[in-house]
Amino acid sequence: MEIYLFFLFGGIAVVGALAMVFNKNAVHSALFLLLTLVMIAGLYVLLNAQFIAVAQIMVYAGAIVVLILFVVMLLGAELGESIPRWLTLRNSVMVLLALVFLTVSGTAVYDWLYSTQPITGTVTDEVIARQGSVQLVGESLFTQFLLPFELASILLLVGIIGVVVLGGWRLVQHRQRGE
Amino acid sequence: MVPTPYYLLLAAVLFAIGAGGVMLRRNTLVILMCVELMMNAVNLTFVAFSHELNDMTGQVFVFMIMTVAAVEAAIGLAILVELYRLTRSVNIDEFNSLKG
Repeated sequence: MEIYLFFLFGGIAVVGALAMVFNKNAVHSALFLLLTLVMIAGLYVLLNAQFIAVAQIMVYAGAIVVLILFVVMLLGAELGESIPRWLTLRNSVMVLLALVFLTVSGTAVYDWLYSTQPITGTVTDEVIARQGSVQLVGESLFTQFLLPFELASILLLVGIIGVVVLGGWRLVQHRQRGE
Repeated sequence: MVPTPYYLLLAAVLFAIGAGGVMLRRNTLVILMCVELMMNAVNLTFVAFSHELNDMTGQVFVFMIMTVAAVEAAIGLAILVELYRLTRSVNIDEFNSLKG
């Protein structure tokens, strides 16, 4: 049962990713990205990481894809490519490079498959079923990883300030000059 | 029970599609989407290993990567809007004023 769900989610994710890359209209690309992200959230549920699955849907589907869609429609940038010429020499080299990436990662997977490392972790599926994924992630986030957590909040603050400066600074200058 | 290498291979395929898209496409918005897809592939790897090794650290890392992805999308799109105001285009071949 679980393996069928894996192939369903994974297959739709790969098809959605391919459709995202090979679609001329950027709005369609964004919607296919959304499909892929939701399928990956389903895979997280299969991996017993329910909290990450919910966060994935909230952060990516709720924030990032909506932001991208807003910008695409605001700029009217649905058709950014002037004349797509897919099968040039340069593009073939690029596809080849992507396949080399895939081969290298596949080799790493193959090596891992035949290594015999002992598994030392304590958070088994039974522990997750008893305590819940949210509690376990929260516990390690607020004890062992407290400093990275705080640094992430600083990163978000820097991001907010950067976006305001990039997007609104010219408007402020313009308004001051107008008065 | 799905074997962990299946997840790793799926993540590798998604990462390769994203990397190929970054190099193939000329529309900067689609390039940003492909970067998001690559980050998601990495996240999937983290969660798969977290499940395999019975350790929560991978999921905490995914949280950090999601933060970075959100900030990256916001800043990247803000830069893109500014560039659009300057050049009236989102084609990445037009953004060559630093070429010298």
